[in-house]
Amino acid sequence: MQPPSRAPSDAPSARVSDVRDALTRAHRTEWARVVATLARRFGNLDIAEDAAAEAFATAAEHWPADGVPPAPGAWLTTTATRKAIDRIRRESTRDARHREAMLVYDTETEPLGAIDDDRLRLIFICCHPALAMPARIALTLRLVGGLTVPEIASAFLVQDTTMGARITRAKSKIAASGIPYRVPAAQDLPVRVSGVLAVLFLIFNEGYLASGPDTAPVREELTAEAIRLTRLLRELLPDNGEITGLLGLMLLIEARRRARVSPSGELVPLAEQDRALWDMALIAEGHALVRARLASGLAPGRYQLLAAINAVHTDGDATDWTQVVALYDQLVRIDPSPIVRLSRAIAVGECDGPELGLALIDRVGAELEEYPPFHAARAQLLRRLDRDAETREAYDAAIALAENSAEVAYLKRQRAELGS
Amino acid sequence: MQYLVNVIDDRSESGTAEEAIAIDAFNEKLIAGGHWVFAAGLADPTASTVIDGRGDEPVFTDGPFAEAKEWAAGLWVIEAPDLDVALALMTEGSRACNRRLELRPMLPPPE
Repeated sequence: MQPPSRAPSDAPSARVSDVRDALTRAHRTEWARVVATLARRFGNLDIAEDAAAEAFATAAEHWPADGVPPAPGAWLTTTATRKAIDRIRRESTRDARHREAMLVYDTETEPLGAIDDDRLRLIFICCHPALAMPARIALTLRLVGGLTVPEIASAFLVQDTTMGARITRAKSKIAASGIPYRVPAAQDLPVRVSGVLAVLFLIFNEGYLASGPDTAPVREELTAEAIRLTRLLRELLPDNGEITGLLGLMLLIEARRRARVSPSGELVPLAEQDRALWDMALIAEGHALVRARLASGLAPGRYQLLAAINAVHTDGDATDWTQVVALYDQLVRIDPSPIVRLSRAIAVGECDGPELGLALIDRVGAELEEYPPFHAARAQLLRRLDRDAETREAYDAAIALAENSAEVAYLKRQRAELGS
Repeated sequence: MQYLVNVIDDRSESGTAEEAIAIDAFNEKLIAGGHWVFAAGLADPTASTVIDGRGDEPVFTDGPFAEAKEWAAGLWVIEAPDLDVALALMTEGSRACNRRLELRPMLPPPE
């Protein structure tokens, strides 16, 4: 008998896919670390970003031939550092003094254990409140998430050049206005963390309720990236309840993604979703996060309450609306915004009947005239009350305002069922 | 680094006595913390004159260089190690003078 052996022709292709996997994995786990380490060392986000990109390009070039190094992260950081020093030398040949100043860092020994703090610093600098929200989102996806400028541009339906300019402008403002590269002081931390969470939730929502008539209704690359970044933030600040809450919320929404849009591209409301399509592993993880927050005994913040509401929606065979109303009661106390009051009114409509729900919805009406879910929710309640003419008007208003293609398809069918 | 802080206003000479007292107290704090560089109130923009001395003859034009609904009614120049410190200080400054503020980094002096 011949000893079992792999056909020689299999070996290279197996190795190529191994290298590709290693590169993908390294990009996912090491990008933010490399950028963050270089940003601290060179005090310049531009240099950090470009050198990190160059290091990954060098890896893609060399790893297939030389093999994957035993410590890919260290290899990438070292390579990126060399690229950065090369660039500084190149750019400062005309200015010897500047070169000396930059290379002083070269001999500085790195404190052990500071690396994770660097990633946290990077997140806080990208989400700084002195930057405009679109700039915070773009910077976070580029510098922390490692998405390319064309990827971010296509996710937000703008030209590559526009997105590139947005990121460049934001980096210039950081440098010119003296935004510090550090984790905020303890007393500022809650406010700054909630600023970071707002950025992550906006990224998630843009993926989840993608806007634009010709775009896919759900953009998984954005929801997945938002979840990944929130996991990273939770790793760095494990005791923050709101981060855990936001992660739970995202997971419980993401778990229903496959059931949420029908094969014909139409939005499927929660009650009509095929629960067999839900991702039970994500639901279990989301429920565990919500339970962990409940067990802490601390007063829940906004995201923890939203996560708890979504845990109720995904528990058992049908939503327990009494619990949902009770949770919205708590949420309205800390966030009495019209959108929260609208959600509470919808829950009351399910729990105590359409008349009550409609009365509450009409009380927030003036503030939500331009908000499609307001008109859609009104239409549903009016329909249950058989007020056909008003139902049609409400559907028409919702259809005119809605931007998500699956939502528009759903609303149009509902409207059509009523006839004219 | 140094920051210029413009006090945003849309009414002429609208400062009150209470505001002046609060601003004085805030300035004392700036001085005590080593953040003070300069501060002044400004006359109404209608008192401005635009100067163009680039040609052979100087040209003087009455009024501000840009007509705007809002303008700077006063200014601070402060010293702060970074934007976070400057923002925290001037949040108090905004409360003291009871106006919105525009904070703008000054370019570092040439080396």
